[in-house]
Amino acid sequence: MSMVDEPLYPIAVLIDELKNDDIQLRLNSIRRLSIIARALGEERTRKELIPFLSENNDDDDEVLLAMAEELGVFIPYVGGVEHAHVLLPPLETLSSVEETCVREKAVDSLCRIGSQMRENDLVDHFIPLAKRLSAGEWFTARVSACGIFHIAYPSASDMVKTELRSIYSQLCQDDMPMVRRAAATNLGKFAATIESAHLKTDIMSMFEDLTQDDQDSVRLLAVEGCAALGKLLEPQDCVTHILPVIVNFSQDKSWRVRYMVANQLYELCEAVGPEPTRTDLVPAYVRLLRDNEAEVRIAAAGKVTKFCRILNPELAIQHILPCVKELSSDSSQHVRSALASVIMGMAPVLGKDATIEHLLPIFLSLLKDEFPDVRLNIISKLDQVNQVIGIDLLSQSLLPAIVELAEDRHWRVRLAIIEYIPLLASQLGVGFFDDKLGALCMQWLQDKVHSIREAAANNLKRLAEEFGPEWAMQHIVPQVLEMINNPHYLYRMTILHAVSLLAPVMGSEITCSKLLPVVITASKDRVPNIKFNVAKMMQSLIPIVDQSVVEKMIRPCLVELSEDPDVDVRFFANQALQSIDNVMMSS
Amino acid sequence: MNGGDDASSSAATSGPPPSLEWRFSQVFGERTAGEEVQEVDIISAIEFDKSGDHLATGDRGGRVVLFERTDTKEHGGSRRDLEETDYAVRHPEFRYKTEFQSHEPEFDYLKSLEIEEKINKIRWCQPANGALFLLCTNDKTIKYWKVQEKKIKRISEMNIDPSKMESSSNPPPQLVANGLPADKAHGYLTKDFSFPPGGIPSLRLPVVVTSQDTNLVARCRRVYAHAHDYHINSISNSSDGETFISADDLRVNLWNLEISNQSFNIVDVKPTNMEDLTEVITSAEFHPIHCNMLAYSSSKGSIRLIDMRQSALCDSHTKLFEEPEAPGSRSFFTEIIASISDIKFSKDGRYILSRDYMTLKLWDINMDSGPVASYQVHEHLRPRLCDLYENDSIFDKFECCLSGDGLRVATGSYSNLFRVFGTSPGSTEAATLEASKNPMRRQIQTPARPSRSIGSMTRVVRRGSESPGAEANGNAYDFTTKLLHMAWHPTENSIACAAANSLYMYYA
Repeated sequence: MSMVDEPLYPIAVLIDELKNDDIQLRLNSIRRLSIIARALGEERTRKELIPFLSENNDDDDEVLLAMAEELGVFIPYVGGVEHAHVLLPPLETLSSVEETCVREKAVDSLCRIGSQMRENDLVDHFIPLAKRLSAGEWFTARVSACGIFHIAYPSASDMVKTELRSIYSQLCQDDMPMVRRAAATNLGKFAATIESAHLKTDIMSMFEDLTQDDQDSVRLLAVEGCAALGKLLEPQDCVTHILPVIVNFSQDKSWRVRYMVANQLYELCEAVGPEPTRTDLVPAYVRLLRDNEAEVRIAAAGKVTKFCRILNPELAIQHILPCVKELSSDSSQHVRSALASVIMGMAPVLGKDATIEHLLPIFLSLLKDEFPDVRLNIISKLDQVNQVIGIDLLSQSLLPAIVELAEDRHWRVRLAIIEYIPLLASQLGVGFFDDKLGALCMQWLQDKVHSIREAAANNLKRLAEEFGPEWAMQHIVPQVLEMINNPHYLYRMTILHAVSLLAPVMGSEITCSKLLPVVITASKDRVPNIKFNVAKMMQSLIPIVDQSVVEKMIRPCLVELSEDPDVDVRFFANQALQSIDNVMMSS
Repeated sequence: MNGGDDASSSAATSGPPPSLEWRFSQVFGERTAGEEVQEVDIISAIEFDKSGDHLATGDRGGRVVLFERTDTKEHGGSRRDLEETDYAVRHPEFRYKTEFQSHEPEFDYLKSLEIEEKINKIRWCQPANGALFLLCTNDKTIKYWKVQEKKIKRISEMNIDPSKMESSSNPPPQLVANGLPADKAHGYLTKDFSFPPGGIPSLRLPVVVTSQDTNLVARCRRVYAHAHDYHINSISNSSDGETFISADDLRVNLWNLEISNQSFNIVDVKPTNMEDLTEVITSAEFHPIHCNMLAYSSSKGSIRLIDMRQSALCDSHTKLFEEPEAPGSRSFFTEIIASISDIKFSKDGRYILSRDYMTLKLWDINMDSGPVASYQVHEHLRPRLCDLYENDSIFDKFECCLSGDGLRVATGSYSNLFRVFGTSPGSTEAATLEASKNPMRRQIQTPARPSRSIGSMTRVVRRGSESPGAEANGNAYDFTTKLLHMAWHPTENSIACAAANSLYMYYA
C-alpha cells in the first residue's frame, strides 16, 4: 500500500488499471503493456508480469484479444530471443478460450514468437506446447493446435517428427468437426514444412481422409488445400494425386464444394501444367460455368479472365467463350454482374480481332442490361478495352448506355456514373467529352437529389483538374455562373459550392475576375442560408486571392454581412473577418 | 401401420421391449393448492443437453432456468465406471443450477408491435472450457448465452491506494482518466522515454486473491436480431458445430454462430401476393448427423426434407412426406387439425416424429409414401372439434419427443396428461400419464405405486374439473391445463414435462 513518487504516478496508475473495473481502462493498460514491461524491467517482466497475465486470463474477450496481440511482439521486453519461451504459457491459455478471434490472434502470436525462437528452445518448449494443445480436453485447444504445427515441426528430431505427423493425422480425424476443419485449413501450411518423402505418404493420406469427410463443411475446406498441396508436389504427382480429387470435387453433390472449386481452379492449373489443364481442368471449368447453381456460376464467372490468361487464346475461344456468351444472358443478375466485372480483362488476352468479333457483342448486351450493377461494372473497366479496340468503336457503342445511366431513375446509379466521369473523360479525351458528356455534367448540377448535386460539383472540379483551367474557363465556368440566378435557393447553393471548389483549381486571376463578382452578388441574396454560405466561402477564398483584393472586395462585403439581421449570417461573417485579421497578422 | 391404441391385436413375434412403468422422480416449482399461476412463470420451452447432464427451461417471463444432474457427479469417477460398479442404476436426478433473464419485453417502434419476452425455444450448443452454451429465442431475437462458473477474485494490493488518495493532501490534480497525465511533462507513457535498465523497483503489479468461492455467471455472447419478419417458431443447431437455423412462419434462415450481423435465407415460402398464402412453416430441425440436411413442417401437415447441397436457395425440397387424405372425410377442421405443431429427428437421423393435433406420426426418411406408424393421441376429441375451435384450443401447439434409443415416443395432451407409445414392431405400449406426483393415477388397470420420494406419498392435490373416470367421453378434459412442452432424456428413460409453471420429471 505504498504511495509512489509523483513522477511515477502515471505509470503506477497504468499498472493498477490492469485490474480496473472499467473495461476501457483495462484495455488501455493492456495496449500499453510494453510500457509497463519497460518500467518493471526485463527480469521482473519475466518473473512477475508474464505470470500475472497467465493467471488473469478470465477477462473480457476484447481485453484478451489485445493481450494476445501485444504478447506477439513482446520478445524485446522479456530480454530477447533467449527468453522468448516465457511468453508461451499465457498464449497457451489464450489459445484455448472459446472466442475464435482471441484464439486466432493467440495462434498468430505463438507462430510469430515460435519463428524467432532458438531451435533448442523450440524443442524444449514449443513442441511440448503443440502436443499439449493437441491433446486438449476441449475442442478449442485442439483447433488452435492445428495452427502451430508448421512452426513446431521443422526443428523436431526425426522421432518427434514422426510423432507430430501422427498427431496431426489424429486431428484430421477428430470427433469434432471444428477440429477437422482447422486441420483441413492448416494442412497446406503444415505440408509445406514436411519432407517430400512423407509428403506423398502421410500428408496425402490425411488429405484423402479430409476429402472424404462426411461433413460438407470439412470437405469444402479440403478443396482449399488442393491448390496449396498441388504446388508442393511434383507436377506428375500432382496429376496422379490431386487432379482426380479436384475433378471429383468439381462434380460434387454439394454446391458449396463446387463453389470452392470454381474459386480455386485457376491456381490448380498452374500446379498441374498445361497438358492436364487442357484435358481435365478446362472441361471441369466449363461444367462449373454451366452449373445449375447460380452461386457456383457467380464464382466461376468471376474467374473467367484469370483462367483465360493461363490458357492459350485458341483454347479460350474454343471452350470458354461459348460459355461466356451464355453467361452474358444468364437468368441471375449476380452472375451477369460478376461476368461484367471481369470480362473486360479478356480483351487483351484475346487480341483485337477476336475481341471485336466475339467480345464486343457481349459488352454491348451487358451494357444494355436491365440491372444497373451490370452496366456499371462494364463501364468501370472501359480502359482495358479501349486499348484493344480503339476509341471510335467504343464510343459509338458506349455513349447511349452512359447517357441512359446518367438519367437513371435510381439516384445511386446516377451517383456511381458521376464518379466515373473523370475516369471516362481521361480515357476518352477532351474531344469526345465536349461533344457528348459536357451537357450531362451541367444537368446534374440541377438534380433533385442533394448527393447528386454535390457529386456533380465535385465532378466539375476534377474535370477542371484533368483538362486544365483554360478548358474549364471555356466549358465549365460560363455555364456554371449562368445558373447562379436559379430561382430556387438550394440550386444557387449548389452553384456556390461548385464555385468554391473550382476557385483553387482556376487560380487567383480567374477567381478575382470571374468568380468573386458572382459571389459578391450572392451576398445580397434574400435567403440568409445563401448569405452565410457566402461568408463561409469567402473565408476559403482568402488564401487564393491577393491581399489587396481581400481588402478591396471581400472585407467590405463581409462587414456588410456582419451587420445582417440574421444571427447565423453575422456569426459566419465575423468568423471570416477574424480569419482575415489572422492572415494579416501572420504575414 | 397402427401403433398405440389400436395395436393390441397385433401379434408380438419379435418380442418388443416390455412396457415401461413410469415413476415420479422430481418436481420443481410445484403449485400448492389454490395457488394462482403467474402468467410469467409458465414454462414455454424445455431442452436437455446432448450429454443429458443438464436441463434448461424457458418461461414466458423471458427467464431461462438451468438444472444439473446430481446422481452421476457425486462420486467423482467417470459415469461409465460408476455404472459398472453400481448396477442398481439410479434414475437421473436434477437440481437447480442457476437462472438468468434471457429476454426482456421490447417494443418495435417501426411496426408498432410489442415483442413478448416469452422464450419460444432453447437449444444447447457445444460446451467448451467447462462453460455451457445455449441459444434461446423469443419471437424475434435469438441470443447466445454462456454460463460459466467463475472463481471470485479480489484485488488486494495496488500501487496507489484509492482510500489514501482521497485523504491525501496533495493528490495529483492533472490526472485524467486511464492514467494519462494532462501535463505533458510526464514522459513515461511515450515510447521513447528510457527507463533505467533494471526497471523501477517501487512499482508493483496488483495482487489478486482468488477465493475458493465460485459463482455462476451467465453472459450473453451474441444477439442475432432483425432477421425475421414473422414469429420465430424454431431454432436448431447443425451437426457441424458452427451453424444453426432459425425458422419463422415463412422463412428459414441459416446463421453462423460467430457472426450475428448476417444470415442467409435458405427457405422462403412467402408468395408474391400474401393473399395466395395457404401454408406456413410450423417447425424446423437440422438432421442430427448430416449438416447438409434439414426438415421443416407445415401447417398443411407435410414435412419437407431439404438438402442444402443441392442449391443455395432450398425452396424446392428433396423429399416431401405427406399422408394422403382419406377420401370423403373432409370437413371444416381437416386442415386445421392436420397442421404439424412439432417435428423431431430420432437420434440416428433415420426417423422423423411429427405431432399434429390428433396424432403422433413416425416417418422413415427413406419412405415418403406415408408414415411408418401413427399413434392416436386426441381421437376421443374428434366429436368436440367444434368446441375446441370456439375456444381456440384447436390451435394449441403440442411438442413431441423421442427416447434416445428411438424405441418410444411421447407427447402432451390436456388435463396435464401426456402419452408414451412404444415404436418397436409389435409393441402395444401406450401409456397415459398425468403430470403430477402420481403419474399412473389415470390408468385404472395399473395401480400407482408409491414412488421413492417420501414427499410424493402425500395426497395429490386435485384441481379444476377433473373427475376420475369421466374422461372416457372427453367431457372432463380441462382445456386450460395443457401439457405442451416436454423432453426425453438423451440416454435414459426419463421425461421432463411442463405443467404450467411446474416442471415434472419421471423415470422408468
